[in-house]
Amino acid sequence: MNKIFIIIHREFLTRVRKKSFIIMTLLGPVLFASFMTAPVWFATMEDEDVRHIAVLDSSRLFFNMIPETEHFKFSYDFPNVRDSLAYLKQHLAKSKYSGVLYIPPYVAYVPSGVEFYSDRQPPVNLSMHMANALEKIIEREKLSAHHIENLDDILRSVKTNIKIRIFRLSGGGTEKESHSGLNMVVACISALLIYMFVFLFGAQVMRGVIEEKTGRIVEVIISSVKPFQLMMGKVVGIALTGLTQFVIWIVLTLILVMAAQWIFLPQLTDEALQQAGNRQTIGALADNIPVREVSEKTAEMMSMLQSINFDVIIGCFLFFFIGGYLLYASLFAAVGSAVDSETDTQQFMLPITVPLFVAMAVMFSAVQNPDGTLAFWFSVIPFTSPIVMMARISFGVPYWELFLSMTVLAVTFIGAILLSGKIYRTGILIYGKKPTWRELWKWLTYKR
Amino acid sequence: MDEKYILSARDVVKQYGDVKVLDRVSLDVPFGSIYGLLGPNGAGKTTFIRIANGITAPDSGELLFMRRKLQREDIAAIGYLPEERGLYRKMKVGEQALYLARLKGLSRADAERQTAYWFKRFEIQGWWNRKVEELSKGMQQKVQFIITVLHQPSLLILDEPFSGFDPINADLMKKEIMRLRDEGATVILSTHNMASVEEMCDRISLIDKSRCILQGDVTQIRREYGSDEYELRFEGDRHGLETVLAGIRCRIIPEAEQSTTVKIRVPKGMKGNELLSAVISCVQVTSFKEALPNMNDIFIRTVQGKEGQANQLQ
Repeated sequence: MNKIFIIIHREFLTRVRKKSFIIMTLLGPVLFASFMTAPVWFATMEDEDVRHIAVLDSSRLFFNMIPETEHFKFSYDFPNVRDSLAYLKQHLAKSKYSGVLYIPPYVAYVPSGVEFYSDRQPPVNLSMHMANALEKIIEREKLSAHHIENLDDILRSVKTNIKIRIFRLSGGGTEKESHSGLNMVVACISALLIYMFVFLFGAQVMRGVIEEKTGRIVEVIISSVKPFQLMMGKVVGIALTGLTQFVIWIVLTLILVMAAQWIFLPQLTDEALQQAGNRQTIGALADNIPVREVSEKTAEMMSMLQSINFDVIIGCFLFFFIGGYLLYASLFAAVGSAVDSETDTQQFMLPITVPLFVAMAVMFSAVQNPDGTLAFWFSVIPFTSPIVMMARISFGVPYWELFLSMTVLAVTFIGAILLSGKIYRTGILIYGKKPTWRELWKWLTYKR
Repeated sequence: MDEKYILSARDVVKQYGDVKVLDRVSLDVPFGSIYGLLGPNGAGKTTFIRIANGITAPDSGELLFMRRKLQREDIAAIGYLPEERGLYRKMKVGEQALYLARLKGLSRADAERQTAYWFKRFEIQGWWNRKVEELSKGMQQKVQFIITVLHQPSLLILDEPFSGFDPINADLMKKEIMRLRDEGATVILSTHNMASVEEMCDRISLIDKSRCILQGDVTQIRREYGSDEYELRFEGDRHGLETVLAGIRCRIIPEAEQSTTVKIRVPKGMKGNELLSAVISCVQVTSFKEALPNMNDIFIRTVQGKEGQANQLQ
């Protein structure tokens, strides 16, 4: 038992001290953090300039009607539409306008006749803004043609904004509010993490085994320790390497994101602080006290966060994370032991990678319909369950299903480790021939 | 009876699928000896060695180590230098030696003391922080040898220990192996280098086609195979000598013909004295000794002879 720790220790240390590990560990958070902050940063940077739009309105319906925003200004002062259009189309670049909106005479009945000319690609929100405005104005025009009294009041009073809150009923009449959006984010992130971990570090196990085999050191080592100890030492050592990297990634990313916010977006940080403050006050007040409008958003956030059962999720995540890794890493180890070089791994890799791809595919449909038949079965099958079950779990999964899935996974990974151990101990000593599936089967039946 | 032996194999059988790799192999390795394990490629030597190291287990038969059935724990007392050598290429030499010594069961302190001793002994302290891939092949072999003996094993199993060494270093290895034997270790030497077998080994087993076909004390075997040849150095008339030899049905072996030294083959049963007294009458004898065949010839004759027999049977 002591020897397995010596092996784990070496596997961990040699990997952690590698330059590539250090670079990846430090570079990863920089990449993640820039992915997270860059869009926000760009959003605040973009469109400092104001766009002046010339509105050439042949219908005479829209004079001074399109609402202006900070970035979009509209001018309507063009008595001769036809000439102005021809002139502006020719000299747009030199004019103070960045675009020309042409509205045909019978726009209410020929809605596709509206045209926009610009020397640059206009931002999407500009065309959306104009289209919305025109639609609304035409709608009102058409309504007013019916000569209804107090139209404005009526319109205001009929306008309603429906938001559906979703509650999940579980046995005993307890209800729980669920939020698909947040659930989906949690589901996707945890499933992706498991997928990445299994793939990155499972392949490392395989490479490590091949390295020992082609370096011919394996015979020296297994004259000191059992092949199984060597295999498990490697599997566990690499898992620890991976976990270390993940933890550093997460911590550093958080630090970097916060630092970036503080440096580049001080105003955002203030808002965040304010929000945090609000959250505290809400926490201080009892739930029953009516919450004022200002903190409604925060309250919604709070209820969303509360709706997620974090202890179950984190517990399950750890189990499926480790279980999935052990299952696949032992298979990767068996493949590594069977071949002489990494180029020979193709034929054996396929049966390992296909379930992982399938799991990812099913995962994306499982977050849409977490209680469907597809999602259920693939979260029981152990080769896909770590990924698919994690996709379902934040939506709430009955305990018996969780238990079933975990048991099947546990039994399978123990079986996989034992079988892989058998292939491994024969494979590492066989050189020079590419084994067939039939031979792998034979190795399983050899006595030690 | 077993008391003299550090390792005894009793009817060891190992089969992979339909292929019998070892067929009822029995052998006894006496304490403090150098034991040669000979045989053509693919005869089953490596499999036997792996069984002796506990890497694989026999299908039937048993191995006794120090009079007890070979246990997994015993491998701490065995040092194994496999034929296919290798180290972690990217790992530093010193660290690697410590790691492998600790896997053999040494404590960290013991491992450090032993590596320091051996690195000093081979004068390679300067290599401690170098990566294995930076060393030449011969240097790597030295490191590998050190790793094999670091934990002071009482049984050393060396598979082709001299391959990859230049003559100077091969000689150094030879001396180290003999020294370890003198200090009480037992050595099993598997090699194709027959000269070193004659020079070093006390006993041998010759394995061919998964069976043990020849076994025993090296000198005795050579005598058995060669009781009919003598080497004679003389001064005098060579023609007269040839006539006398023909008279007693002896002849000079042609390929060994030299002007003053000849090899003479005598008919079966003739003793050395009879030959000597006949020879003395016609030439001045300066040296006369039994010419034992070398192990190389014995190896070839035994393996091929057995094949010849097998062919005749068919």
